[in-house]
Amino acid sequence: MSIQANYLGMPLSIDELDQENLAYFAHCARHDFQLQKCDDCGLLRYPPTTGCPWCASPRATWTPVEGRGEVHSYVEVHHAIQPAFKAHTPYMVLLVDLDTQKGQPSETEALRVVGNLTTPDGALAPPDLVRQIGIGTRVRMVFSDVADALSLPQWTIDGAALQPTRPWRYPQE
Amino acid sequence: MPLPTDTDVSTPKYLRDKYAIVGVGETTYMRGSNMTTRALGTWALRNAAADAGIRTSDIDGMLSYSNNDSTPAPFMAGDIGARLDFYMDCIGGGSSTEALIGIAIGVMEAGLCTCVAIFRAMNGFSQVRIGGTGARSAAPIGGDMLHSRAYGWQSAGQMFSPTFMRYMYQHGTRPEQVAMVKVVHSEHASNNPKAYYKKRYTVDDVLSSRIICKPLHLLDCCVETDNATAIIVTRADRARDMRHTPALIRGIVGRCSKPRMDMHYQTGPIERVGAYYAKDILWPNAGVGPEDIDATGAYDAFTFTSMLQLEDYGFCKKGEGGEYVSSGITRLGGRRPNNTSGGHLCEGYTHGMNMVIENVRQLRHAADDSCPIGPDGKRQHTYDYREGGCRQVRAIEVTANLGWANPMTTSAMVMRRG
Repeated sequence: MSIQANYLGMPLSIDELDQENLAYFAHCARHDFQLQKCDDCGLLRYPPTTGCPWCASPRATWTPVEGRGEVHSYVEVHHAIQPAFKAHTPYMVLLVDLDTQKGQPSETEALRVVGNLTTPDGALAPPDLVRQIGIGTRVRMVFSDVADALSLPQWTIDGAALQPTRPWRYPQE
Repeated sequence: MPLPTDTDVSTPKYLRDKYAIVGVGETTYMRGSNMTTRALGTWALRNAAADAGIRTSDIDGMLSYSNNDSTPAPFMAGDIGARLDFYMDCIGGGSSTEALIGIAIGVMEAGLCTCVAIFRAMNGFSQVRIGGTGARSAAPIGGDMLHSRAYGWQSAGQMFSPTFMRYMYQHGTRPEQVAMVKVVHSEHASNNPKAYYKKRYTVDDVLSSRIICKPLHLLDCCVETDNATAIIVTRADRARDMRHTPALIRGIVGRCSKPRMDMHYQTGPIERVGAYYAKDILWPNAGVGPEDIDATGAYDAFTFTSMLQLEDYGFCKKGEGGEYVSSGITRLGGRRPNNTSGGHLCEGYTHGMNMVIENVRQLRHAADDSCPIGPDGKRQHTYDYREGGCRQVRAIEVTANLGWANPMTTSAMVMRRG
């Protein structure tokens, strides 16, 4: 079944033919983060694809993955392009290295999962929170619930983790 | 600089210098063209044919690229009275120019046609906004785009910035070094009567302009304009009968990419760009190296894109891009000027075409600046690069164009004076 939903006023949809994304977001809707694990080479991959980027195998099994990691890089948007985000600036898009499979299959590779910086309940983070985050910040996954069958994985500060004393931020505030 | 002895290579040597760019043309760079991309495109094509000294009906091959924001070749051909033996309209933005020149050489070499016009026609300000605002920003989000646009991660600046940030983090590059790209290109644009923005900017101007998305200030971003551009490629032996000194094509790399093309950030280092791979095709194909290049045209959709490409194509050491672009090397009068027309940051946005056009004119020693035209019909260049003055690079022989689609994909081309 296809999914139609609305998030911050944006129409989101997943076609009924798009089985990989339907499965991915169905897990997310249950606040259960799962990625495809290749049945042949055993590597996890993100985002969902129809073949393994390392060994080309079309066979994979959805596998639960812990949503914890570290900010690898980010963009902090002050001038929103999409109308849905205009009321939420500045907002952050984080590229997070999961702890799981970091440095595999080669040292510069990682499962780099995209998400916004949010509060623990999945709402886009307010400006004072945005100013605390930079490269190196430890984060944990939370979800923004969009519809019954659709939640978006997001990132929030991992309160239980040891944080860097000063995460790296762009020099000009 | 004179060419070195051939070293080696992947392009058969007989293809080097066998084809040339013989005609270049453009419309005015505008905001609010008040005409269709069809009208813009035929305007540029007529100018390019006139520049080459051929009839538009001599064009028998046509290539174009767009993101569904242009008019296809058959309509353009009809409007200029050309019957085509070959044409192809493809999807693409930055990095398409050099790649399509490579395709043009291939189809002529295969005997499909003899004279190819390549065009890019766009109302990048008044119809399909290049910055992604307007209708594009409100389009429904489906499937794979849920992993990007649903997070407010959509425009080119937003999508590229994690690369730029990680680069600064890794190498300690300072905002004022990067800003020098805009400063230098604006100096060049001030000597280009065609440039949409001719004002010279300072580092402070760039750093005090508002933040669009960190690390990009408004003045780190290119201009959005309405325009069309066209270039004509044919065999060098035919080129010798045409109006201008030909720009001989030495070597090309086309849409060479990093791994994990579904989402390049999955591999690293993420601050490395496609040029890291492309350099190993470009330089052997051209039989020259970065040290032989007199001027560059490094795609400046953003200040950062010029810097990262100059670095990964090997014009400076890894991590020294900030020093390279702020050292004066890239300035007119410097060792290797970059984007002497002002580029995308100042002249106008064309998805790469105007930087190739500029280097063709530079190689003719006929940059269209404000220097007087002598009795022989040639421009009398003063090499005085002060505001409003000359922008011809002295004794230029070899150029490199470095095209950018995104951090993952690049094309490039080396040309020399015929």
